[in-house]
Amino acid sequence: MLEDYIRQRLKERGILLMAHVVVGYPDLERSFELVKAIVSAGVDVMELQIPFSEPIADGPVILNANQSALAAGIRVDDCFKFALRVTQSFDIPFLFMTYCNIVFKRGEERFFAEAKEAGIVGTIVPDIPPEEGTSYLAAAAAHGIDPIFILSPTTPPERLAYLAGFGRGFFYCVARKGITGAKTTFSTELDEFLSRCRKVTQLPLALGFGVSRKEDVDFLKGKVEIAVVGSQALRILNTDGVEAVGDFFHRLR
Amino acid sequence: MQRPGYYGQFGGAFIPEILVATLEQLTAAFEQIKKDPSFWKEYQSLMSTYSCRPTPLTYSENLTRHFNGPHFYIKREDLNHTGAHKLNNVMGQGLVVQRMGKSRVIAETGAGQHGVATATMAAKFGFECTIYMGEVDMERQRPNVFWMEQLGATVVPVRDGARTLKDAINEALRDWATNMDTTHYVLGTVCGPHPFPEMVAYFQSIIGSEAREQMLGQVGRLPSRVYAGVGGGSNALGIFQGFLGDSEVDPVRDPSDNRSGILRFKVSNGVELVGVEAGGEGLETGRHASRLASADGSVGVAQGYKTYFLQNDDGQMLETHSVAAGLDYIGVSPILSAYHEQGRIRFEVATNNEVLKATRLTMKKEGIIPALESSHALACAFREAPEMSADDVILINLSGRGDKDIFTIADALGDESWKKFITTKAEAYSA
Repeated sequence: MLEDYIRQRLKERGILLMAHVVVGYPDLERSFELVKAIVSAGVDVMELQIPFSEPIADGPVILNANQSALAAGIRVDDCFKFALRVTQSFDIPFLFMTYCNIVFKRGEERFFAEAKEAGIVGTIVPDIPPEEGTSYLAAAAAHGIDPIFILSPTTPPERLAYLAGFGRGFFYCVARKGITGAKTTFSTELDEFLSRCRKVTQLPLALGFGVSRKEDVDFLKGKVEIAVVGSQALRILNTDGVEAVGDFFHRLR
Repeated sequence: MQRPGYYGQFGGAFIPEILVATLEQLTAAFEQIKKDPSFWKEYQSLMSTYSCRPTPLTYSENLTRHFNGPHFYIKREDLNHTGAHKLNNVMGQGLVVQRMGKSRVIAETGAGQHGVATATMAAKFGFECTIYMGEVDMERQRPNVFWMEQLGATVVPVRDGARTLKDAINEALRDWATNMDTTHYVLGTVCGPHPFPEMVAYFQSIIGSEAREQMLGQVGRLPSRVYAGVGGGSNALGIFQGFLGDSEVDPVRDPSDNRSGILRFKVSNGVELVGVEAGGEGLETGRHASRLASADGSVGVAQGYKTYFLQNDDGQMLETHSVAAGLDYIGVSPILSAYHEQGRIRFEVATNNEVLKATRLTMKKEGIIPALESSHALACAFREAPEMSADDVILINLSGRGDKDIFTIADALGDESWKKFITTKAEAYSA
């Protein structure tokens, strides 16, 4: 369903934009305002990050947002309620992004049952590789939610083929080695990496880590189906507030 | 069949895709050295010429007399180069790094001992070195920061989260995910994703194999009990591995323990193994770092592995507390969690107060200055010694020396002349 949506939407636009919001940062009400502003700016897919105290795959900007949200008392229950509210208010697909322990402590079955009820269509959990994800994958499948896996430039071809067997919806490709939020020089290495990904999967590809200007988005048209914007939007939120984030996404189009 | 890297339900490799290939490369390198008959000899030779291996086994006559028996023996890991068992692991990993052809090492550190050991290894092998250390720990362990820098390492203060060991580990993982082509992450304990628990336990097993041989050679028998402090668990697993084959346990369900599946046990024969966690200000205060002995720990997944963590119902990690920075950590070795559930190792706690008392007694009676981490093992042994018979033999793993703790210990003891010295020194600097 997510895949169909992406293909349909792609016909109308050259490339889709995926945004990222840390639920409860700076607080729940402003998170909601932020989602509203971003959706109004024409974003096509959104990740809602359930904060975790040890977010090992996130860089300083998102790490700090996770910790602030937790310090302000955000619970996982709040994130499910928030998800329901936004999925009922806005007509784009919403995904949960979080870490293994949040899913594990709630129980995979309960996590996905409640995610389904909240209108969530996909999950990104960077510290669950398929080898560790047997019950995660089973629960996702049982509730018709797409587990989205990450493909990295360091992933050898045989492993790319292995991962391709588990992904649903789309694949999240990282443009560079490392963590979220650092500058990327898009290069021929990127083309080579993307062509390795295309060899193993027919699913749409999203490209993350480092997208921050309209030129980046234009550059990605025809290369991938989705451009992911994460840390840059959060930086703008931190310095200039919610409205400025909306303007930023308008300018990316 | 048990998957590699799993110990019962614990362990695994819960890591971002970007690190998978790097950990596979490390696993392959480790498998190779395990198969290579010359490697362990090379390692032992390095440790006997660069450090003080085998470290002695000391009979502690005065402590024995003080408690009217049992007999106290102390395994002297404090006499390692850089002052703690940490060097065993670090030098082993240094040899692995050489074989992988990498040029830079990074590490996390809590008490600073692992950081100093890693900086030392980097200097000796000619690697570039960056150490991540929580800001809180840097304040507690300034002398170690000074030495790391003098040894040529860059020490990066970690200002996220609780600003202690767990946050330093997160930061080191982030560095590794960016620089894995040139860089090896020298994880300091038997935690983290596979193959780290197994690899670090492999190098630290040198403690237990020596201790077992020394007990049989010097004392003519095996110990009744072996005590070790447990943070991540590397010194404990190091010494316990020498005796795990000797403990015959008789597991019984403890009705007073409300965690399902947890077994208490009686040792019918052989060697009883006791891991001592940080009781901090007391389990009842909630300000401690006891994941296994207290009822506060629960199974979770963080920092790449599954084990018992101190966390809330949502799975968010809690702040931990201990006078000993090296024990102040949310998780514990997946290997120890498995032995805990099997009832093969008994876990206890020692509080900050008990630890300071034990430190004092050991200094006065034996002329040994133990690290606060190691004093947890001493404190528990002292507490239990009166119940033991005069024929029993206690073996304590003294994982490190306590010189580094001079500020903490002097504060805790309220030593006036020390305060005066520091004040005078500070005045001289600010003049």
